[in-house]
Amino acid sequence: MLAAKVVMDQGIHVEGINFFTGFCVESHTHAIRAREGGAPKRNNALWVAEQLGIRLHVIDVIEEYKQVLLHPKHGYGQHLNPCLDCKTFMVRKALAWGFMAERGFDFIVTGEVLGQRPKSQRKAAMPMIARESGADDRLLRPLCARILPPTLPEREGWVDREALFGFHGRNRKPQIELAQRLGFSEWAQPAGGCCFLTNAHYSRKLTDLWTAQGRKDYELDDIMLLKVGRHIRPAPHFKLIVSREAGENRYLEGYRKRFPSLRPTSHLGPLCLVDGQTAPSDLALAARIVARYSQGREAAAVTVAAEDPNGECRELTVAPLAPAELPPAWHV
Amino acid sequence: MSEPNPVATLNAQGLLCPMPVIKVQERIADLRPGTVLEVLATDPGALADVPAWCRVHGHEVIESVQDGREIRIRIKVN
Repeated sequence: MLAAKVVMDQGIHVEGINFFTGFCVESHTHAIRAREGGAPKRNNALWVAEQLGIRLHVIDVIEEYKQVLLHPKHGYGQHLNPCLDCKTFMVRKALAWGFMAERGFDFIVTGEVLGQRPKSQRKAAMPMIARESGADDRLLRPLCARILPPTLPEREGWVDREALFGFHGRNRKPQIELAQRLGFSEWAQPAGGCCFLTNAHYSRKLTDLWTAQGRKDYELDDIMLLKVGRHIRPAPHFKLIVSREAGENRYLEGYRKRFPSLRPTSHLGPLCLVDGQTAPSDLALAARIVARYSQGREAAAVTVAAEDPNGECRELTVAPLAPAELPPAWHV
Repeated sequence: MSEPNPVATLNAQGLLCPMPVIKVQERIADLRPGTVLEVLATDPGALADVPAWCRVHGHEVIESVQDGREIRIRIKVN
């Protein structure tokens, strides 16, 4: 937002690109969770575009992004975040999008700040991203440009280098002061907090998915389901996804034709999807776990409907699992 | 009397945001100015996100209705 504004204030025409990888914390997640009593959450990228008065292009990169996440040339960050490869990929995509003949953009602007992030914004990483993306000196970082070698738009005089900034380090105070000076009283989530791959719990669930399926791969539905519910794996060959609230219940409903499902019928309780191949004894255990999260958790018995994806349904009456019988290790 | 605007449709039901926005963006890229695009969606987020996308691209939302789970947004392409 700041980087775009700084360049726009020099009379440059700017348009925004927002890549949807499937791992964005926003949007999908907000759509899934119930919003009782609350207004729908905004899409921050669109909100920023409106604040700046620029066009925003939202690009679906779900399929292409798999190669970035599954085979990151520069490895992962603290969790499963392939930040360096991710940044390089996005700059390369922006380059391909923006420089297409009919669009005719001259350079790319990003909001990176030298040393702000531990992996992708290290001093050594910044030129690497420019080089490996193919953008080279057409990649301008207005917030730290003054402490980096001059880029093409600076050398050509398209932008005034002296009016750019030399921010560095993890302290965001200079950016906050600049935002206030530019008249912004509110800003979107800084980098990192908007990506599920920087989240330890999400990364653990993704690793568990790869282990269970015996290969490192995913479809959009897989990574969406990792954002929803409690994930409980009582055995290597099956996992339960138990909804936590009404919005998740509604969302999981959409998967009942793909997964066997369980739902308490004698008491109010969550919808649960069963992912994997289950024997009858596994299903009975699954029903006891679902009962444990129902309003019948203190009852002697809870009736749970078990439905196959083809619609065949049968009822199991089970004793809810006691908390002590649910080892913490089962929670993925 | 002027010719009525041609109407195009987009079914984005079952898609969660930002996918309805992406689908609207792709569809509008192929439509001529003056066309009305009728979007059907189910994600309530579309009620905010699709009009926001239209505003930044200069298209006009002429109607936005939610009836139960079904959302209908009519956009005049500019």
